[in-house]
Amino acid sequence: MATIINIENLVKRFPVGKSYFTALNQVNLSFGRGEFAGFVGPSGSGKTTLLNIIGSLDTPTEGSAIVMEKSISELTHKQSAQLRNKHIGFIFQTYNLLPVYTVFENVEFSLLLQKMNGTERKKAVMQALEWVGLSDKVKSKPSMLSGGECQRVAIARSMVKKPEIVLADEPTANLDSKNSHHILQTMKTLNKELNVTFLFATHDEKVMKYLERIVSLEDGKVVSDKTSL
Amino acid sequence: MIAFKLALKNLIGAGLRTWLNVAVLSFAFVLMVFYYGMMDGWNRQGKKDTKDWEIGQGQYWHPDYDKYDPYTIQDAHLPLTPEIKKQIKEGELTPVLLTQATIYPQGRMQSALLRGVDPDQKILKIPTSHLKDTQNGYSAIIGKRMAENTRLKVGDQVLIRWRDKNGMFDAIDMHITAIFKCDVPSIDNGQMYISLDVLQHMTNMKDEASILVAGENSDLKPIENWVFKDTDFLLAEFDALIQSKKAGGTILQGVLLIIALLAIFDTQVLSIFRRQKEIGTYIALGMTRKQVVGIFTVEGGAHSILAILVGAVYGIPLFIWLNTIGLSFGGSNADMGITIAEKIYPYYTLGLIVTTLIIVVISATIVSYLPARKISKMKPTDALKGKLQ
Repeated sequence: MATIINIENLVKRFPVGKSYFTALNQVNLSFGRGEFAGFVGPSGSGKTTLLNIIGSLDTPTEGSAIVMEKSISELTHKQSAQLRNKHIGFIFQTYNLLPVYTVFENVEFSLLLQKMNGTERKKAVMQALEWVGLSDKVKSKPSMLSGGECQRVAIARSMVKKPEIVLADEPTANLDSKNSHHILQTMKTLNKELNVTFLFATHDEKVMKYLERIVSLEDGKVVSDKTSL
Repeated sequence: MIAFKLALKNLIGAGLRTWLNVAVLSFAFVLMVFYYGMMDGWNRQGKKDTKDWEIGQGQYWHPDYDKYDPYTIQDAHLPLTPEIKKQIKEGELTPVLLTQATIYPQGRMQSALLRGVDPDQKILKIPTSHLKDTQNGYSAIIGKRMAENTRLKVGDQVLIRWRDKNGMFDAIDMHITAIFKCDVPSIDNGQMYISLDVLQHMTNMKDEASILVAGENSDLKPIENWVFKDTDFLLAEFDALIQSKKAGGTILQGVLLIIALLAIFDTQVLSIFRRQKEIGTYIALGMTRKQVVGIFTVEGGAHSILAILVGAVYGIPLFIWLNTIGLSFGGSNADMGITIAEKIYPYYTLGLIVTTLIIVVISATIVSYLPARKISKMKPTDALKGKLQ
């Protein structure tokens, strides 16, 4: 399994008044292609911060984070944007769909940034919507969809560009049990079929049951790193 | 392209807020075009009327004549050479002799400028043919304003006193044979027109004139001893008046535009504040901060595009209607002392509309960009949380 994420001695501090808060403290981890793993821990343990650094939305204070052979600390804003656009998909707790766009347009958005031609774009979008079972909702706006449907659109949006990595931050937090399981099963299927690495930040037991590898964080440190059979 | 598409969708999605801003901006746009169109219309009509009634295609002056110095009038007269007479006969020039006089309408005393004109002239619109009516004695014609000031009517007799070439006083009764209406007060207020021959005889200035007015078929070539004043010179005062009116109006238009732009600025600030999560999402999806700034700038600037379209919807029919019926300024024309037609027809040029359009679009884009710059300093992680920044 090729390593696509390598984190060494990662430290992240945030200024708080005149002092600092250490969100991550000497984290060492690596992830390979096709892993279905998650960071679990209580609130404030550093799960989202770690996810943000891997996703190049934030930078380490010390140490290194190498994603797709690129050092996050050394990327320019433009390179960082390109990394996210081409190789990383995001799924958020609150879906973060664009309210004025239809389902089709929301999923299509990343491909517009890649300047893909219209025919290819349409094909890719319809395929992504088929994966999540929403081919009949292409013209709907997010306001017309249920929570589960919104999150499935978000999954389609993250997958449409066929990224190597998908980062999901508490994806089931706003969903009921039935929808949560449905979402997780969809993501598991995509992980298997497309060999996409899924990384979760969660404290939801339902999510943990699906994870193949669980990295426990507490006060910014890795306390355990277990692979389930 | 993404920016425009997103901008329009967001604008339309914002509903009433967008349309209120668009309405105010479109009003500013339409008012600017209307105002400058009206000024240009006034300018064109005023210049045309001045040329038709007073200055023709230019004037040849006695070298010492000064329009603003009445003391120069007495000596400002030159003989009409055979060459000049030839041009007069061919309709290229018409001579005007000027003399200061005092008139006594109903026993009151009033200054007037006597203008001796050729009754057969066709260069100026002044109805000089009425001067041929001599059945009641010497004829004079005056303008409507002069008639109101002197309370003279057609058929009235008025005593005129003047000084001849040698400084001798004389007096005569004149009959008012016509009162004409024109929009050029400078040839009306304080002016009285009599036949050139008669005035030349009265002043002992046979075959002389103070001014030669050039007609349309004049080649405007130099005439010895005469100084040519072109229409630019003769209309300079009117031009200055229009420019000062435009400048004053520009300040008011500017204030209105600033108010409209302030509304857009406020909307943009609020929009960026409320949509931080969306901004974070754009960045997470792979947009650069610069691209996100671009989206919000275009969104704000797109208000101006909508404003222009909305402005066109009600502005075009309005302008067409105003151009058909004209704008009347009522009886105030006579008191203003400036050349202004009773009805002004606005004059809209493509240049005016395009310039106004460019000003509106550029200024709306700038005020949209100013708050959007903040996005480049936003932390995407905080934006995604919707955290206040």
